[in-house]
Amino acid sequence: MEQLKTIGRELALSSQVGWGSSKEFLDLVKAIGEAKSKAEEERIIIADIELLRKKIGEPDVPRRKMKEYIIRLVYVEMLGHDASFGYIHAVKMTHDDSLLLKRTGYLATTLFLNEDHSLIILIINTIQKDLRSDNYLVCCAALTAVCRLINEETIPAVLPQIVDLLSHQKEAVRKKAVMALDRFYQRSPSLVSHLIPEIRQKLCDRDPSVMSAALCALFDMITAESEPFKNLTGSLVSILKQVVEHRLPKLYDYHRTPAPFIQIKLLKILALLGSGDKHTSENMYNVLGQILTKGDPSTNIGNAILYECVSTLSAIYPNQKLLQHAAELTAKFLKSENHNSKYMGIDALGRLIKINPECAEDHQLAVIDCLEDPDDTLKRKTLDLLYKMTKSSNVDVIVDRMIGYMRTISDAHYKTDISSRIIELAERYAPSNHWFIQTMNQVFEFAGDLVPAKVAHDLMRLIAEGAGGEDEDADNQLRSSAVESYLQVLGEPKLPSVLLQVICWVLGEYGTADGSHSADYIIGKLCDVAEAHPGDNTVKGYAITAITKICAFEKGAGRKVGLTSECRSLIEELSTSHSTNLQQRAYELQALLGLNDETVATVMPMDASCEDIEVDKSLAFLNAFVKSALEKGARPYLSESERLSIGGITTLASSNNQNDLSHSLRFEAYERPQLPVPSLSSFQPTVVREFEDQRTTNNNLRATYAGHSTSMTDTQLVNTEAASLRLDGIQKKWGRPTYNNTPASSTSSADRGRSAAGNSPAEFSKDEPVESSLKSAVESRYVTSRKQRPEISEEKQKLAASLFGGTFPKSQSSSRSSGSTGKVSKSSHSRSQAPHIGANEQSAQMRSANSSTSIDKGHEKSLPVSQNLATPDLLDLGDGDSAGPSSDPFKQLEGLLEVPSTAMPSKPVIPQQVPDLLSLYESTPSSGSPSINLIG
Amino acid sequence: MIHFVLLFSRQGKVRLTKWYSPYSQKERAKVIRELSGVILPRGPKLCNFVEWRGVKVVYKRYASLYFCMCIDSEDNELECLEIIHHYVQILDRYFGNVCELDLIFNFHKAYFILDEVLIAGELQESSKKSVARVIAAQDALVDAAKEQAASLSNIIAQATR
Repeated sequence: MEQLKTIGRELALSSQVGWGSSKEFLDLVKAIGEAKSKAEEERIIIADIELLRKKIGEPDVPRRKMKEYIIRLVYVEMLGHDASFGYIHAVKMTHDDSLLLKRTGYLATTLFLNEDHSLIILIINTIQKDLRSDNYLVCCAALTAVCRLINEETIPAVLPQIVDLLSHQKEAVRKKAVMALDRFYQRSPSLVSHLIPEIRQKLCDRDPSVMSAALCALFDMITAESEPFKNLTGSLVSILKQVVEHRLPKLYDYHRTPAPFIQIKLLKILALLGSGDKHTSENMYNVLGQILTKGDPSTNIGNAILYECVSTLSAIYPNQKLLQHAAELTAKFLKSENHNSKYMGIDALGRLIKINPECAEDHQLAVIDCLEDPDDTLKRKTLDLLYKMTKSSNVDVIVDRMIGYMRTISDAHYKTDISSRIIELAERYAPSNHWFIQTMNQVFEFAGDLVPAKVAHDLMRLIAEGAGGEDEDADNQLRSSAVESYLQVLGEPKLPSVLLQVICWVLGEYGTADGSHSADYIIGKLCDVAEAHPGDNTVKGYAITAITKICAFEKGAGRKVGLTSECRSLIEELSTSHSTNLQQRAYELQALLGLNDETVATVMPMDASCEDIEVDKSLAFLNAFVKSALEKGARPYLSESERLSIGGITTLASSNNQNDLSHSLRFEAYERPQLPVPSLSSFQPTVVREFEDQRTTNNNLRATYAGHSTSMTDTQLVNTEAASLRLDGIQKKWGRPTYNNTPASSTSSADRGRSAAGNSPAEFSKDEPVESSLKSAVESRYVTSRKQRPEISEEKQKLAASLFGGTFPKSQSSSRSSGSTGKVSKSSHSRSQAPHIGANEQSAQMRSANSSTSIDKGHEKSLPVSQNLATPDLLDLGDGDSAGPSSDPFKQLEGLLEVPSTAMPSKPVIPQQVPDLLSLYESTPSSGSPSINLIG
Repeated sequence: MIHFVLLFSRQGKVRLTKWYSPYSQKERAKVIRELSGVILPRGPKLCNFVEWRGVKVVYKRYASLYFCMCIDSEDNELECLEIIHHYVQILDRYFGNVCELDLIFNFHKAYFILDEVLIAGELQESSKKSVARVIAAQDALVDAAKEQAASLSNIIAQATR
């Protein structure tokens, strides 16, 4: 009896709540509902998950019980917990014969599984079976699951059944089948494209709901391609007409509006069909006018239709009368008290001004009101509208508004969005450079690191180039004002890294240019920057380079540079930094300070970041030197082929070449470097050989050098390296250059220059894979110096071009040749020797090499400076780079491949600048156009 | 299309979630957290739309319950607002003056009804009667079961008297 009682109670309870939920489940829901805190809720759910995990795994769970477990799983999953252990049971439940359980199973699986889940495959068979079921409710359940679970791979498995269901007698099944086809089309258009006629046919289905489903499918197809559906315009217009004239069954009325959802869908399709098509559009004017006059602006749904009609009118070929009507409607929206209507009004206005920019003027006040509105959504929408109507006359106001808004928000996603818009507007419409710089500073300040680095580079370039006209004074003024503003900005705490980089660069380049700030002051500021950001190596690198520049300018102007103790300690710190990049910069600064003033002035002239560099290809100015060397008994220079034919010594070079060409590893042991013969005087023609040795050994002993370079001074390095590298009995062409030995080193650099100028880019490509790009650039000069056969170059060039996709070598060579054909000879980072063009040429090369490192700001900067540091011995250069940052050469080359290759060939003379700026150019594909944008 | 439907209470408790675009469990939790954070503080007079990560979320409050739908940036917000209303009206008709408790205890029914209103992220049926008819047909089986249970419990009650 007692037992019967409990059964009775349970049954009564289950009938109360329906679907046989047990008390247990009700208690769970109640407990969660009454949970006081999130933590308590979590605890309850986790306990329930454990219980379910245990119970659901038991053998022979009764089916009704199982259904309840599944629903509990759905509940658990809905609350954001993982119920994946029960997925398989939900899938199993779909196999059940009882419709009730089956539907629960389908519901759970559609909620649990995504279409790429591995369990999907287990359910396909059931779905196939259910699609063929006689019970239309089973079909419906299966179709709902199909819409959610079938992916591209499984579409063919169910497609035939779905097509059969298109002609099912129940409209509920037909419309779901059409929706399933729409879903398939979204997944993989090609798989269902042959069914388009069937879907078109469904437009004429006797049931409006099936027709509305067909509209959904057609909308997707027309979005993809409108042309094949143009002939539908007539029928769609007539359907719309019928709907508007209230000829559909009353069932489809919504708040007394006839089938509004169908109307909206139709309007959307018409907008797609009529866009830019006068003929098609003309067919629609009639019915659109009808909707505008019949529309009911007092209800929400009426407004929805009217709004959709306005957007259709603005999308299709314009009709002045209707547009007039649309503008009136928009005005009504804007004047409405309802925020939703205002929002729609702003949106509609944004669409209308695309056709007729004047129509915004009537609504100025309404727009301003929306802009001032406390509603964030409305404000954003209005900013959107302002963005669309920006002209050069109103850009400053609008950008000011946007910045003002950007200041107030914290949502990173929208901040990125709005900052990119501000930048776009500023670049396009900036009234003056000064304004542009100020605007950019604000963007950097508020959006910080969300701004792409390219924008910072553009800004630097703008400051460096000025207006591009002849008006030097204006440019100088611009720079002074930039310096002033940056010195001010520096006072603020927590600046983003990108802005700091720009500040450092500008201060370094122009901080002392107008004489209003002393070098000590600027250097002090830069030291502060570096110290304030101990973790940011890029900023530190910028800062130390800027200090280097200022010191150089001071020295160049003949003033004495006394570094403060603060600055000294910074240099000290950086020269023992873990970053080889920073280390190198610090050493370079020290080396620069050790040079005499005149040299420094030539090496780093003021304001030379935009100057082109002329290179004397033929190196004619060295003829006298070569001649005198020959007279003194030096052997004449032999090209590589000639040297190869001599044999013996060439084994090294050739094997190395092979390695480079094949990019393969070397398996034989490295050659042992031998001590140099000390008797080799500086004028002995040995350099070429030396280079070769160094090149090969550099590959081998790189690690060793890296170790050395950090601990030794430059001159020491030169000696040790030279000492360890030279081989005996080698034919040498040029005398060994030594420190302050101007003629010798000028020869070598001249040699380098000449060879580089006359050489093929193929040789560059050979080296890169082996070395870091930095190194390869330097070394390629070594290689080229011994390769002076013009006859190879053509073929090799082609080969390399085809091997490297025709891009890399070309760009290298073009950048190189552009360096050598440049007009103006003014080098800022040339070699630290007496001024001669060879040095310029070399620095030009450096830059071309440098361009390959443009990906990495840090690396890119380290190269030019490495030159400054370099004592006038080539070996040291080699060393400098071995000490330099070892980065993946391929990665850097990729940057080169992508960017300059397209820009350079068309532009034979690229502006050669201070290398760090140059690389900025590289990072922007078309070096010319953005600056035009900025100014125009 | 509609990317997801969310129902949450004034306190931010989730009452129903339906995802038409693929979101991982982690993303779902994040979406719910972020959206309830954005929507709940909004005042009653502000517009019912929120622009959020390049899509739009349309929400409407019914008593203590917030109904949210996420649509593409090209979709018609007012229409979506009416879709929400449409769904609520059907729920109302089905439960007879629906309240939050109905949805709490019968969330799976709310799911079944939603499946009849929306499919694959599109409105599938704009006629309330048609939806009601299909739901009723499905429930007929349940009702039959209920009647059985009720009569059985009557029998038991009589037998134990």
